[in-house]
Amino acid sequence: MAEPRLIEISPVTRVEGHGKVTIHLNRDNEVEEARLHVVEFRGFERFIHGRFYWEVPVIVQRLCGICPVSHHLAGAKAMDQIAGVDVLPPTAEKMRRLMHYGQVMQSHVLHFFHLAAPDLLFGFEAPAARRNIFEILREQPELGRRAVLMRQFGQEIIEATAGKKIHGTGAIPGGINRNLPIDVRDRLLARIGEMTAWAQEALAIARNYTLDHAALVADFGSFPSNHMSLVREGDGALDLYHGRLRAIDAEGGSLFDGVDYCDYHKLLVEDVRSWSYMKFPFIRELGPESGWYRVGPLSRMNTARFIDTPLANAAHRELRAVTGGAPNNATLASHWARMIEVVHCVEKIHALLIDPDLQGTDLVATGERRCEGIGVIEAPRGNLIHHYRVDENDQITFCNLIVSTTHNNEGMNRAVKDVAVKHLSGREKITEGMLNQVEVAIRAYDPCLSCATHALGQMPLAVELLDASGQLVDRATRGA
Amino acid sequence: MTDKDFTFTIDGASVTAQPGQTIMEAADAAGIYIPRLCDHEGLRHQGSCRVCTVKAAGRSVAACTQPAAPGLVVESETPHIQAMRKSLVEMLFHEGNHICPVCEASGNCELQAMAYRLGMVEPTKLPYLEPTRPVDASHPGIALDTNRCISCGRCIRASEDVDHKGVFGYCGRGIHRRITVNGEDLAHTDAAVSDHAISGGVCPVGCIIVKRVGFRLPIGARAFDRQIIGEAIEEKRR
Ligand code: SF4
Ligand code: SF4
Ligand code: FES
Repeated sequence: MAEPRLIEISPVTRVEGHGKVTIHLNRDNEVEEARLHVVEFRGFERFIHGRFYWEVPVIVQRLCGICPVSHHLAGAKAMDQIAGVDVLPPTAEKMRRLMHYGQVMQSHVLHFFHLAAPDLLFGFEAPAARRNIFEILREQPELGRRAVLMRQFGQEIIEATAGKKIHGTGAIPGGINRNLPIDVRDRLLARIGEMTAWAQEALAIARNYTLDHAALVADFGSFPSNHMSLVREGDGALDLYHGRLRAIDAEGGSLFDGVDYCDYHKLLVEDVRSWSYMKFPFIRELGPESGWYRVGPLSRMNTARFIDTPLANAAHRELRAVTGGAPNNATLASHWARMIEVVHCVEKIHALLIDPDLQGTDLVATGERRCEGIGVIEAPRGNLIHHYRVDENDQITFCNLIVSTTHNNEGMNRAVKDVAVKHLSGREKITEGMLNQVEVAIRAYDPCLSCATHALGQMPLAVELLDASGQLVDRATRGA
Repeated sequence: MTDKDFTFTIDGASVTAQPGQTIMEAADAAGIYIPRLCDHEGLRHQGSCRVCTVKAAGRSVAACTQPAAPGLVVESETPHIQAMRKSLVEMLFHEGNHICPVCEASGNCELQAMAYRLGMVEPTKLPYLEPTRPVDASHPGIALDTNRCISCGRCIRASEDVDHKGVFGYCGRGIHRRITVNGEDLAHTDAAVSDHAISGGVCPVGCIIVKRVGFRLPIGARAFDRQIIGEAIEEKRR
């Protein structure tokens, strides 16, 4: 067998695989600030200039190895508007939804079993050698096997709808380029019962963990914040593919609701800070200090009024009951939220698979060309905004993306600071256990920096401790 | 076989040819595929890409322009010739800007298909030239992404000989030779989507694009997803 090779892709700065955290101490050695430095997307927004609009859904998915489908679909939704299409043929919309539910399901399962479960099952302070999926496979082989098969199921759905497991080309401006053949449908349907059962078992693990460790969950990286997501137009149900923007404050009060996402830039401002490539969006009306918000599975549980599939809805009510119906602000409860969405996705997938519209042949709608398009979707990690302008020659002249990790930027920084204050203040050494704590806080947001290459094992992480004068006191790294 | 027909051999196989036929034409009829890029059915031969190079009586010649001759001994699929063809194709990739994963021609592209056929499976040691080349999107129905042009000249011949328009031409010399249009830009030519040069499958790569078609035909259902390039010709022999 050939030696493993390292392939270097330049410029390295754009594919930085390390999460880097700097923790700043004040003169009394207390934590003053904690900053998380993450990947940036600016380069992409530039190089798409001049490309043709129908290439966008295919090009943008290359942004990410874990959730390419989300970018593919958000890009396609924006291009629907460019193509002048507001309503897709039912077959197209349903094929895209199927693709999306398959994607969210497999992404959540990956996150839960491969990245989070080792922490949850073996404890944050467990030795690094134990905190990985292989240990799960060894200790609980049946659970590990199901994790692998559930992911595979999600990927097969993506393949059936997008053409390939990663980086497919299913969605095109105004529609989709294929329908679902009966034989593929039947193959998937044959496994849906099993998937439903396993999803509920995974949900039970996450739920029990959250309830059994109520004190830790309530305390760990937990802080009040605003929450934002799409919800279904009209009734405010959870909708991962399409809807209107809704934001609530930490007590559940409405900040905005029923907003057409094409107006996102009227509501949100993207703040720039000198030390980070990533922007810090906030709600305009509230200002940068109190206008930041979170997105993602937990935020969606908070913004959605209900879930339109029965199993997930029952679970949603149970989660909401923990906080007496008020928003749940405990970062670690995201795992529970994520598994509720897995159940929801499986229920949705089931409903779509038995829908004859998926065998329809009306795949693409056309309309009058427009010069601006905005596509918004609820990606596995949260709200995702794609915004483009196109000139009369069909070439892109403007692109702005707000990815989930960017929405969560402030929230992640606060979560890291929270952990740092509780566990680092007064100490000048970074221990392995502390490193894990920081990592768990970041990981609860499932940020894109835990990129596909590093999905197995640990997030490559560097934590630097700086004193009041900016001098490096300690540094700890690990991972690839 | 008429009495003027004659035979010669390609890689030891006997091939029948009519007077005036090129080596490639006779090979095609006999179900022997010789790789090619600048040659295209229905267009006059040009002999510029050299991917069709064979050894005829020990001499390297372009099979698309070299006439067949009685008793000629032609070598085509020798390791040496195949390696040279592969190098030529590799250089075409290095000389332009080819990003297949996001290219709408992927799966229908003859350059890509040729790379697969010739076993180009890894990056070569040649430097990527990364040229700065224009995209001409001025025409309402047609776009020209010259990043992907391989200067095969097929569009020039199609526009001249079939469409009788002369929309395309070359400019520059040597490695700087580029495809261009006879006008300020494509919008200022009489190019039409219905031209053979545009919609006739003439451009082997993703340079000449009919706008807004893009990825309508799924990847996986495209010409060279179903069959490797040249197989249609080789099937005649089976
Ligand atoms: S023209 Fe062909 S070789 Fe070039 S990028 Fe497109 S598919 Fe690849
Ligand atoms: S535009 Fe296409 S057909 Fe014309 S020379 Fe370039 S590659 Fe050949
Ligand atoms: S095909 Fe003969 S030289 Fe190009």
